[in-house]
Amino acid sequence: MAYVLRRLLEMVPVLLVVVAATFFLAHAVPGGPFDKERPMPAEVKARLEQYYGLDRPLPVQLGNYVVRLAQGDLGPSIKYPGWSVREVIGSRIGVSFSLGFVALLIAVLVGVPVGVLAASRPNSWLDRVPMGFTLVGICVPSFVLGPILALVFALGLGWLPPCGWGSPIHYVLPACTLGLITAAPLARLTRGSLMEVRSLDYVRTARAKGLPPLRVWFVHALRNALLPVVTYLGPAAAGLVSGSFVIESLFDVPGMGRLFVTAIINRDVMLILGTTIVYAAALLFLNLAADLANAALNPKVARGR
Amino acid sequence: MSPPVAETLASESGWQRFGRDRAAVWSGWFLAAIAAVCFLSPWISPYPYMAQDLAHSAMAPSAAHWLGTDLLGRDVLSRLLQGGMISLFVGLIATSVALAVGICYGVLAAEVGGRAEDAMMRFVDIVSTLPLTLIVILCTVVFGQNMPMIFLAVGGVSWLTMARIIRNQTREMKGSQFVQAAESLGQSRWGVFRRHYLPNLAGTIAVCATLTVPGVMLLEAFVSFLGLGVKAPMTSWGLMIKEGADIMEECPWLLISPSVVFALTLLSLNFLGDGLRDAFDPRSSRK
Repeated sequence: MAYVLRRLLEMVPVLLVVVAATFFLAHAVPGGPFDKERPMPAEVKARLEQYYGLDRPLPVQLGNYVVRLAQGDLGPSIKYPGWSVREVIGSRIGVSFSLGFVALLIAVLVGVPVGVLAASRPNSWLDRVPMGFTLVGICVPSFVLGPILALVFALGLGWLPPCGWGSPIHYVLPACTLGLITAAPLARLTRGSLMEVRSLDYVRTARAKGLPPLRVWFVHALRNALLPVVTYLGPAAAGLVSGSFVIESLFDVPGMGRLFVTAIINRDVMLILGTTIVYAAALLFLNLAADLANAALNPKVARGR
Repeated sequence: MSPPVAETLASESGWQRFGRDRAAVWSGWFLAAIAAVCFLSPWISPYPYMAQDLAHSAMAPSAAHWLGTDLLGRDVLSRLLQGGMISLFVGLIATSVALAVGICYGVLAAEVGGRAEDAMMRFVDIVSTLPLTLIVILCTVVFGQNMPMIFLAVGGVSWLTMARIIRNQTREMKGSQFVQAAESLGQSRWGVFRRHYLPNLAGTIAVCATLTVPGVMLLEAFVSFLGLGVKAPMTSWGLMIKEGADIMEECPWLLISPSVVFALTLLSLNFLGDGLRDAFDPRSSRK
């Protein structure tokens, strides 16, 4: 418990650094949110900048922002007048998170069994064929797999809608693209660590005392072999985030990834900051969760801390 | 001073082991070929990569244009070569940046030791959990989409794994007898680094570098795919895939050729990296 608290406290300075870094980067972007093809009258622009507090010196703006952030206020959006950043993100976040969750689920449900299967018959075709596929999965980026899946299943066979959002069937293509890409390294990791674990003394002992092989395999070996896999879920989530930028624009999904990209194009400083913070916080929490799951699975880790 | 005999033998057998790994060797040749045609593209490409021929736009592959033409009538093969040059260039330069930072940081952390080392490695842990793609995208927008900044931004976020591995290796060496011997003979820190750390790290560095290149190229492709990387009329494989994906219904060849080349290149890099690791890392499992 003390450990969890310490980790949570550690997150505060990290997030502050992220806020500051993003803040200065976002303000350094050439061009402002009010620059249009036809320049607006100077006094109107000045009033607008005053309203959003953009006329103050940068450090003051940053200070104000952090104070409001501490109260859970992400400021007003500039490109969506009348909306606060919190509302804009709130309307999109569910889409991205549910998509990410389904993708992660697919990744685990495909990746881990494939890895176990491959490790159970090393160097047979049961190992070679799936591992060949995972290698392809590692090298084919999501923005290649996505269009190819769309080309085959939506345009070629007509089974699935090529893009859009609204009903569960729209999940299939984007979630499979993200999920399969993530499943590949998971499968390799599972296989690798199972191969390592099964030559250890305690597995031999379990075998020697006559336990059924399947029991040894699943109860003794797999539990330890899954440790690096669980640890990998943190970075995997980070991969899903960057994948989501591409996938969401590819399949026309109204999620946070697309929000971030359009916010950058629109120079909507507040929205850029808001999305970055939400992403950073989500990833930090996911990593903490992965570490805690690791500690729960592995008494050695738990005692070491 | 002649090199120790045992070391020469070990490295020889390393190359022999590598030579037996057919996938890795073929990947190496494939990469060499791709790199050669891409970097020679200004002289050997069939058409200038930016030459538009609106009379022959969006043509399927033919004898005149082996891989077809895009919407502006530009030859896809020529663009593929030019884009490959950019993608490989980003891969090499950004990896060098990542390598330099990673080695310095890793060795430094292992050298200072104690609390400072813990803090430095904790920093790496924390940073690597952050959404770095966002930072790269922001950087490319802030500093304009010019090539050197893309190299720096991509390299600047790719050194973390490298630093971690280098630090672990250096730490192991630090306590070992040959380093203690060198120290007790009065060799300076820099001397130890140059004469002992670097040669022993060379294998690890080579493997790390080979495995970093695909990640770096992917990152560049991501950024270009989002329209925030390389700018027209120049192109890169990521940008070509993006343009192909936009009109894949009408002109699938615009998507297929860059995707296939890009995926094959990444695949070869991974094979090569794995082969090098199996051959030169004494701890990795051998078949």
